[in-house]
Amino acid sequence: MIGIALPGPADFPAWREAARRLLAAEVAPERVAWHLVGEAAGLFAHEPVPEPRRAGITVPRAFPELAEVVIRHRDGERFALLYRLLWRIAHGEHGLLEMATDPEVIRAQAMAKAVRRDAHKMHAFVRFREAPEGRYVAWFEPDHHILEAETGFFIRRFAGMRWSILTPEASAHWDGEEVQMGPGGRRADAPAEDAKEDLWRAYFASIFNPARLKPAAMRAEMPVKYWRNLPEAQDIPRLMAEAPRRVAEMVARGATPAAPRRQRVLAADVEAPMSADLFTQDPATALAALRAEVLADRGPLAEHATQAVFGEGPIGAALLFVGEQPGDEEDIAGRPFVGPAGRMFNRALEEAGIPRAEAYVTNAVKHFKFKPTGRRRLHQSPDAGDIAHYRPFLRREIEIVGPRLVVSLGATALRALTGKPLAITKVRGEVVKSEDGVPVFPTVHPSYLLRLPDPESKEREYARFLGDLKGAWREVQ
Amino acid sequence: MELRQKLEILADAAKYDASCASSGTEKRDSREGGLGSTEGMGICHAYAPDGRCISLLKVLLTNACIYDCAYCINRATSNVPRARFTVRELVELTLDFYRRNYIEGLFLSSGIIRSPDYTMERLVDVARILREEHGFRGYIHLKTIPDASPELLAEAGRHADRLSINIELPQEGALKALAPEKDLSEIRRAMGQMRLRIEEAKEARKTERRAPAPRFAPAGQSTQMIIGADASDDRAVLGTTANLYGSYGLKRVYFSAYSPIPDASRLLPPAAPPLVREHRLYQADWLLRFYGFSLDEIMAGGEGGMLDLGIDPKLAWALRHRGDFPVDVNRAPRERLLRVPGLGAKTVDRLLAARRHRSIRSEDLARLRLPLGKLLPFLVTEDHRPRVTDRLDLRALVAPRTGFAKPVQMALL
Repeated sequence: MIGIALPGPADFPAWREAARRLLAAEVAPERVAWHLVGEAAGLFAHEPVPEPRRAGITVPRAFPELAEVVIRHRDGERFALLYRLLWRIAHGEHGLLEMATDPEVIRAQAMAKAVRRDAHKMHAFVRFREAPEGRYVAWFEPDHHILEAETGFFIRRFAGMRWSILTPEASAHWDGEEVQMGPGGRRADAPAEDAKEDLWRAYFASIFNPARLKPAAMRAEMPVKYWRNLPEAQDIPRLMAEAPRRVAEMVARGATPAAPRRQRVLAADVEAPMSADLFTQDPATALAALRAEVLADRGPLAEHATQAVFGEGPIGAALLFVGEQPGDEEDIAGRPFVGPAGRMFNRALEEAGIPRAEAYVTNAVKHFKFKPTGRRRLHQSPDAGDIAHYRPFLRREIEIVGPRLVVSLGATALRALTGKPLAITKVRGEVVKSEDGVPVFPTVHPSYLLRLPDPESKEREYARFLGDLKGAWREVQ
Repeated sequence: MELRQKLEILADAAKYDASCASSGTEKRDSREGGLGSTEGMGICHAYAPDGRCISLLKVLLTNACIYDCAYCINRATSNVPRARFTVRELVELTLDFYRRNYIEGLFLSSGIIRSPDYTMERLVDVARILREEHGFRGYIHLKTIPDASPELLAEAGRHADRLSINIELPQEGALKALAPEKDLSEIRRAMGQMRLRIEEAKEARKTERRAPAPRFAPAGQSTQMIIGADASDDRAVLGTTANLYGSYGLKRVYFSAYSPIPDASRLLPPAAPPLVREHRLYQADWLLRFYGFSLDEIMAGGEGGMLDLGIDPKLAWALRHRGDFPVDVNRAPRERLLRVPGLGAKTVDRLLAARRHRSIRSEDLARLRLPLGKLLPFLVTEDHRPRVTDRLDLRALVAPRTGFAKPVQMALL
């Protein structure tokens, strides 16, 4: 047997160095007795490590990452287990760590998990008390050899404080510049109390809801073994004992009458009611009134949308563009044509030389119709019922803005305007009449251009769309 | 009033907000000055006997409120004692608790006093003083007030890690009835505004190299919905939830089982729903978001728009779709394995990695400590093929015998 003495219980560099030498000398795991300096090595562990017989090997990065954590476990077998894993990886089982069902891998993974959990609980349950000279001192009892590895967390968090964490096995002391590891301590080495603990206990008791007792859930996450070092935990038995009585009292009191003196109320914001009179002489007022009416619409699509999206642009614009419906971005922003299709439309408008002041943009349907799926909203085409619901709004909007020509973008807009399911391919480029006799110039919706798969047809269709816009502009010159 | 008494009143007033998360924000620490750190993972510093994590100092600035929401202990017409922290008191309390490692940071909310802007200004003040005067690097979650001004919202987002507005109830009608001053459209618009700003800040962080981007709530936004205070069924709750996730990019929608409050309003139901309903809704929500289930599939496992309380929604779905089983653990694609009751996403990934090396046998599943009794009726392994999938008593075989099967709840009648 070959005895290997490691200087510390979680000294990964020392273990790695020894393991490399053993592996290079082809020493099988059964021939190694691992122990700590100062411990007995076992009766027969007096052989030296033989001369190297093979060059260093490379192992998957996952191995040192796992080993560095496992070595902090308190299980005395950890050094040997890690060396056995390393031996197997080096002898034909390169992908060993992916074998989630291998008993030794399972054991190592379980040990790593226990160490990580211990570290996480240490981050959570260390409680500092302020010592007289302004140093913060905590007494903590970890399950594994984690103190040195976890000082980094406390340094990052409390770099500006001076603090000490005392454990039975070792202690760590931070002076604002560097950390010093020291010998283990006793609970009595930490201050017995802290001026703020009463406030913390009061908070713990008050944030607890007695009407929902779930003590098993509490114990699963905050095991009882930690309680003796948590100042708030001493109140748990009392809080649990009192809970049924407190709830019974709440229920017995039942509903209470409203307080005689209500909390002070805001002076109500009184808004001047808008005139909804369409026949007013002032189209700006009429448009604002219509807008208010649309925003207040509670039709079937309003239930799930963020808000109704009304048209935008100057009254008296020569061209009025009607799209299909607001999309995801329009729904959030509350403005039409701001999403991907809107951006493409704006670009085309500019390239066609149509001044913004001559364009009013709106949609046939004023709410976003969609299907929520997982993390996104999927656009859904409006049906005949949806179009019919919003048509009265659209007709009035067109009437007030009074454009010389309405440009319909896509099938939904064309249908809303003419009341008929016309195919765009048939009427594209000619002027048709809306139900109210307004001239309508049909073209495609810009989102159609976005959906085209290949750049070539994209370019061709964009040019055609641009041609349509220029044609519409010529119509109103 | 003494500080301790204020703390008791204002923590008691805050406890009906379920969120206490401190995760998902940017990494930062105090090595260059200041106090505190955030490293991505949230930390629960304590657990109360109600099973809830205590991660943040969760308090109200004041529990005085001019709104009269029936479900809220702080409503204008409630008889609870009122208190108000000063901005300085809150700052000191947060720092004192933080230095002792009691908390990850602050979750600050408030009743509405005077006006939305006035209230929001005080909340923002606390965050600003913590960040700018004390270099506080811990976590800050601010409750946002729907109709506060855009400038205040921008400043709140600059200092806070997370912002939230509560949707409160699953359906608009219920909100109108129980919270007359709140307006669903306004809440949605505010959530939309936050989504825009969060996305802008994220986008700017990605593209801008020279000038630092305007920071806005790097841990995103969340919301809370009270379950059981109105008549909405589970289908309505999950539908609204899916809409919220999809529309506003929320990090979390918290469900809070309506629980009796002292000094309750007459508008509320006399009894609370079983706590297990909240639990089943969370499970269903995960299936929707991470397991590829549709709402209709999940609701098919229940009756009349409600989930089955006795068993988890995936098992309920599987029992009604026995034709889809058994699934072969050594051959089925990931999506199929995710639908097997008792297999979580992590386990599925481990099994996929392991089966590339060797065929998986039943004993391998046992070594991974998986619930074999629940799994094996639905799964084919190298040495096992279930024959019981069409048994009528399968539910009795696979349903848990303890725990949630018999929901325990404080009696409230």
